[in-house]
Amino acid sequence: MVARNPVWNTVKYLSLLVASFLVLFPPYIIVVNAFKTKDEFNTKSTMSLPDSFIHLANFGHAFEQANMSRAFGNTLIIVAVTLFFNILLGSAFCYAVGRFNFKGKGLLLGLFLMATVIPSITTQVVNYKTIQHLHLTNTLGGPILLYIGADILQIYIYLQFIRNIPYDLDECAMIEGASLFRIYWQVIFPLLAPATATIIILKTISIYNDMYTPFLYMPKPELVVVSTSLMRFFGVNSGDWQSVSAAIIMIMIPTAVIYLFLQKYIFAGVTSGAVK
Amino acid sequence: MLSNLSFKKQRLIIILGFTIIPLLLLLTFSYYPTLELIHLSFTNWDGMSPDKSWIGWDNYKEVFSNSELFGVFTHNFAYFAVGIVQNIAAIYFAIVLNGKLKGKLFFRLLLFLPYILNGVAVSYLFGYVFDTTNGSLNLLLHSIGLSGDTSWLGNEHFVNFTLASIGFWKFMGFNMVIYLAALQSIPGDLYEAASIDGATGWKQFLYITLPNIYKIIELNFFLTVTGALEVFDLPFVLTNGGPAGHSETYVMKILETAFQFNNYGLASAMSVVLLLFVVVVLSIQRLIFSRKGE
Repeated sequence: MVARNPVWNTVKYLSLLVASFLVLFPPYIIVVNAFKTKDEFNTKSTMSLPDSFIHLANFGHAFEQANMSRAFGNTLIIVAVTLFFNILLGSAFCYAVGRFNFKGKGLLLGLFLMATVIPSITTQVVNYKTIQHLHLTNTLGGPILLYIGADILQIYIYLQFIRNIPYDLDECAMIEGASLFRIYWQVIFPLLAPATATIIILKTISIYNDMYTPFLYMPKPELVVVSTSLMRFFGVNSGDWQSVSAAIIMIMIPTAVIYLFLQKYIFAGVTSGAVK
Repeated sequence: MLSNLSFKKQRLIIILGFTIIPLLLLLTFSYYPTLELIHLSFTNWDGMSPDKSWIGWDNYKEVFSNSELFGVFTHNFAYFAVGIVQNIAAIYFAIVLNGKLKGKLFFRLLLFLPYILNGVAVSYLFGYVFDTTNGSLNLLLHSIGLSGDTSWLGNEHFVNFTLASIGFWKFMGFNMVIYLAALQSIPGDLYEAASIDGATGWKQFLYITLPNIYKIIELNFFLTVTGALEVFDLPFVLTNGGPAGHSETYVMKILETAFQFNNYGLASAMSVVLLLFVVVVLSIQRLIFSRKGE
């Protein structure tokens, strides 16, 4: 597209190299320090490599003290339950809205669209009281309910997909005597699988990375999730950078791995969610 | 059992049954709190006592007159400024990675990576990078002969820019991918026709690329402004508002006012002000962009 000239080419590659360095430099620092012993850390430069990459004591210490087995467990429960309801409610909603015309449909979609403008953090002041009324503070149920309710990402993604499924399929199934519910469950829902995959990935990452909801609604130590466990751990070990580095790495790894394997879906989801 | 009913009845059941729960959740956790916020913003409720007395516009007067509350918006400015630069960088890299290039998939993957990582972990990671004595940034600067004892997170003049640059690191790739998607939807023959007419790279960018990604720039601009207004977790985790409140943001103030000082009335008024700001930004933008778009 742009004319091939040597200056532009140099600029291009140079800027990409600089950007790559900037992206990788901070993670590099924690990786090399997570493997250092206390002595090594005190005597060597923070940028230098550790003596060996098999010194794992920092990881063990961080895993134990940050209660990470529990943190990962709680996060997993929240993610699984939220996803179950998100997928069910989201796909069903989009079947109803995407396949039928009815009075108030525009209004209904408008309500969902308008809600994106409301800064979610400001509604916490009132939502906190609602969750309290439902006796869901300090239970996994509080964040789960909020995650199911507040997120409309799945509605956008499902709607996009459902519009691309030919209506002929529905008609064929109707002629063969299937009920509308059966059409949803046995024809439409399976065809939405790529959308479902995208939603599972994006939603998992966003719940995994959220700090404030669990911090506010589940202060009880047994209900830590990955983000809050790291906060607690840092609070106690703020000077001990080798252990903190190890904890940071352990918490970053799951999403990084998901990303590397499923980046195709992630890119698709991000772009179809944003470029409506 | 459903199949015994007429399609008309089935349709009604599906429409009602499939939309009611999402709608109820939306009303409970988005619209009810918004309306309740407006109501509470006119009271002096402390969050606990059963009586909420109506105090009129007092909370709003407090928000706008108390520089400690409204003044923190100046801290949010750093995030806005950095956000603009971030978008320019994102457009630049999107264009670069949309062209012919060796290893473009690799670079795309790499630049997007920070967006995926846990926010709290990223905050502490940069806490380490920016640390004054142990920090690797100072060490790096020192090794290339620059002063290496800057207190990046302890200096009131640029603590917000330091924090905002972490946001740059985390979100540039995200913006880039969105721009990239927009670029890929531009038909290639537009460029071919342009180069036959003798349009150079810069001219092509100005007259083909830019107008075609206008909508996405608009969307990203909105996200940048509202993102800057709503910044919260970075300073909350990393500096807790320090030094001496210089990195406190407006949303941090709202949450502090509500949950620490139990002044729900005032916190609600602050929330409503924020919501109005977002609506104003959106309307102004609609006005400007829709006019230019024609």
